[in-house]
Amino acid sequence: MTEVSTDPDIWVYLSTRPLFWLALTLAAYLVGLRLFQASGNHPVVNPVAIAALLLGSLLLGTHTPYERYFEGAQFVHFLLGPATVALALPLSTHFQRIRKALVPMVVALFAGSATAVFSAIVIARMLGATEESVRSLIPKSVTTPIAMGIAEKIGGLPSLTAGLVIATGIVGAIVVTPLLNRLGFRDWRARGFALGVASHGIGTARAFQVHEVAGVFAAVAMALNGLVTAVAVALLAGWL
Amino acid sequence: MLESLFVLLAFQLMGTTVGLALKLPIPGPVLGFALLASWMLLKFPLPEAMGTTASTLLQHLSLLFVPAATGMIQHLERLLVEGWALLLSVVLSTTLALIVGALTFVLMVRWTRAYPTSEEVRHD
Repeated sequence: MTEVSTDPDIWVYLSTRPLFWLALTLAAYLVGLRLFQASGNHPVVNPVAIAALLLGSLLLGTHTPYERYFEGAQFVHFLLGPATVALALPLSTHFQRIRKALVPMVVALFAGSATAVFSAIVIARMLGATEESVRSLIPKSVTTPIAMGIAEKIGGLPSLTAGLVIATGIVGAIVVTPLLNRLGFRDWRARGFALGVASHGIGTARAFQVHEVAGVFAAVAMALNGLVTAVAVALLAGWL
Repeated sequence: MLESLFVLLAFQLMGTTVGLALKLPIPGPVLGFALLASWMLLKFPLPEAMGTTASTLLQHLSLLFVPAATGMIQHLERLLVEGWALLLSVVLSTTLALIVGALTFVLMVRWTRAYPTSEEVRHD
């Protein structure tokens, strides 16, 4: 009996350690990644969604507060910063391509970004979402840190926005290949750029998996969309 | 490896500092990205292993979103009520943005005659 009674103690100890949740974050992602590969890289089998589902269920099942989980997971989360900076590297080897497509990029940026923002407002209002949720949804196509800052400025809930941003990324990563194939888009630059505008970093990660050129254009799109949306919202904050 | 990591953190730090000093509404890492891209455009030197370090980090970019995605559990009650409306909005709006983005890009490619090279086109 004594052996059995130590189990909860070990759990209590481990579940309060950052190490435990950090290790589980990697483990859950590896499970997602293996399933993704086993499916023949099918976009519906999204590793981020699988990992979040596994971890979320575990946290709920064990009544572990998210804050405690994040004490461990923050080490992974922190790397988003340097990774964003690192996106400049693949970019630099393709400066020629980017310069050539400057006009298409700028026009597609404004068209795609405006569509992402305004269609979300209209659709969510039509479906009866609360005002707080609509405002949290507005920056959904922008990379997480910018989106959270925007949500705070316009009266949304930053942590809800973070989740919606991720959902948008996953949806874009899932939808993009069948959608743009069916519509007959063959230009990797257009496909990648549209994905970066609509689905930020997760879209960019997906684009790099599919084709390097698509990945580079997705990275540029993500960065430009972040810059433009942040500035636009700062200017329009009172009006929205 | 160590030098390249330092460069990435240094640019993130510079981006954050510039953002704070100029009161820009843009996060440090995005400004750091813009600064590093400009640095490379101007052909200033970087550590040799820079490319390898960056691609190692970017190879598992998706992993880095897992902690934030798990944060959705904080909003379970709201999601039970209006989760379907939010999800439907995300799906429809993202699909529309993808179509409009790709379509405008392709139309502008035709207009400016910036046609893709064979490397830039999807082959079945």
